[in-house]
Amino acid sequence: MVGIVIVSHSCAAAEGIRDLAAQMAGPELRIIACGGMEDGSIGTDAMRVRDAILDADTGDGVYVMVDLGSGIMSAETAVDFLQDEEEHAGICVQIADAPVLEGTVSAAVSASAGDPLEEVISAAEEARGMRKLT
Amino acid sequence: MASTLFDCISKIAETIIANKDYLTELDRAIGDADHGINMARGYTEVLQQLPQEEQDIGAVLKKTGMVLLSKVGGASGPLYGTAYMKAAKAAAGKTSLTTQDGCEILQAVIAGIQLRGKAQRGEKTMLDAIIPACEAYCAAVKAGQDFSGCLDAMCAAAREGTDYTASIRATKGRASYLGDRSIGHVDPGAASSLLTMEAVRDFYREQMQ
Repeated sequence: MVGIVIVSHSCAAAEGIRDLAAQMAGPELRIIACGGMEDGSIGTDAMRVRDAILDADTGDGVYVMVDLGSGIMSAETAVDFLQDEEEHAGICVQIADAPVLEGTVSAAVSASAGDPLEEVISAAEEARGMRKLT
Repeated sequence: MASTLFDCISKIAETIIANKDYLTELDRAIGDADHGINMARGYTEVLQQLPQEEQDIGAVLKKTGMVLLSKVGGASGPLYGTAYMKAAKAAAGKTSLTTQDGCEILQAVIAGIQLRGKAQRGEKTMLDAIIPACEAYCAAVKAGQDFSGCLDAMCAAAREGTDYTASIRATKGRASYLGDRSIGHVDPGAASSLLTMEAVRDFYREQMQ
């Protein structure tokens, strides 16, 4: 099953999005909240994202949801890091180009249904066009 | 040499920490007012975690990069972190550096920052300080200047590049939301890059005395 990591500047935001998505997904889904800094302050930490990707991985790939600017850069740094590590270079990781909340919910539903990574990605990217009214 | 590098990075850290409020004020004008706070937090941790006994220059630079990646928090974390990590790769296994090595390290730093930030020169970022600084440094090396002369050339170009950022509009990062209103303000990332390079130069001058 594809694992999911939620990267946000805010710990509370990442945990909230995780809880919301987990409610829609099955209990087997590995969905890891990785928000804020180690000390709880606002920010992102590439090394914690790296660890979260490893936590989320069950061998079928990991999809990383990101919020703003440095969240994206920290996620990219984490992916580069893993690619440089011999024992982890084989993990298939993709960073999502999708809204962090709606995209995570869509990705979680798709992943927990057992969809492969490409389908999880399309599910999340479809959330980009989600209308709220009409 | 690596213990000298330890002292040099300590000098950078002290310089950044001493300029925390200045960098944050620059960021308050066109960003989210945290650049100085973030950088000072990162370098405070660098001072605590840097391995003083390590001889491999690459290992010292790598450790610095990893700490900054983890502790800075804002966009400057991945940017400076990646810069140090790329510098580490260029210096891996070395226990001393030549002036020519400095040129390769600066080029690796630029490649790392461009990989991470996807910015070009002229977009009001730290690259507007570092790219001209690298060009001036490498030209000075080629012209046969000594290390001190190369560092002076580097800092003069970095200063000019940093001042130049005030005349242009931001198209990358948080400041890009301001559009033309970003004109007239120095880019905080260029300013912290300039401080970093000046700290290296000042450190070397003190060593020579």
